[in-house]
Amino acid sequence: MKRVGVVVFPGSNCEYDAATAMTTLGIEVELVWHSTTDLSHFDGVILPGGFAHGDYLRPGALARFSPVMDAVQRFADAGGPVLGICNGFQVLTEAGLLPGALQKNVGLTFLCQPTTLVVTSNNSVLTAGATIGEELVIPINHFSGSYTCDDETLDRLLDNGQVVLRYKDNPNGSRDDIAGLANERGNVVGLMPHPERAMSTLLGSADGRVLLESFVAAHVAA
Amino acid sequence: MNYFVIVDVTLRPGIADPEGATIERALPALGFSGVSNVKAGKSFRMSVDAVSEEAALEKATALAERLLSNPVIEDAVARLGESVSP
Repeated sequence: MKRVGVVVFPGSNCEYDAATAMTTLGIEVELVWHSTTDLSHFDGVILPGGFAHGDYLRPGALARFSPVMDAVQRFADAGGPVLGICNGFQVLTEAGLLPGALQKNVGLTFLCQPTTLVVTSNNSVLTAGATIGEELVIPINHFSGSYTCDDETLDRLLDNGQVVLRYKDNPNGSRDDIAGLANERGNVVGLMPHPERAMSTLLGSADGRVLLESFVAAHVAA
Repeated sequence: MNYFVIVDVTLRPGIADPEGATIERALPALGFSGVSNVKAGKSFRMSVDAVSEEAALEKATALAERLLSNPVIEDAVARLGESVSP
């Protein structure tokens, strides 16, 4: 992967964290406004954290209708690697690119803390380079991070190895401790924790690197 | 014609409702007993131009399913209201 596009919605606030993480890994990065309708010149696309469109109605509910989302859909359909972090994950579920939904945290509090994640599947662009069972300390920073889906969806996710990251100590009530999941093909991944904020031991943890290094190592399917 | 339509969005059965549960737990301390099954939801009010009541409700239901609710976790019901929104 040479060049990554980081989508900026009105209200995104982690686009520079994501861009800096990409630059740190030697990847060219470009911030793209949500009115963009063509992402075909990128090798990967990141939907960053924040509060797209103020999170009004529901997180991601309005962002899914931003013009860029048609381009994200086409990019994903073509096999391009797409990563949604935090609010980006919420946008991907609202857009139907990932199954299920994210609800308010069970404790009804905004959570901002390091969490320990367990890698549970390699079947995604984000976890292909990680080891199953590996524990990663990565921060969360969200109010609506409680993952939910129906029984049928959960069975399918588990059967296909689409649950890629779980919380060791579930902080928000997510179903089956799910912290991150992929689509069936593995090229679209969403997670509530922020790997782009875990790039340096000086800042608390470098455990996000193994995930983002996997992401940038992914190649665009033909 | 212009119709006043109310759309109620509620969590589907079986979906966790931490807001409703928290409200319910607060009630006894305020002296309200015998209240159970408290569910939190959202209500939207709008004026809809349409040729009939049925058409107004159909339009409101369509926009509720597309935008106002997330069908993965929520149900939306449109109904006609009595008054006009100020």
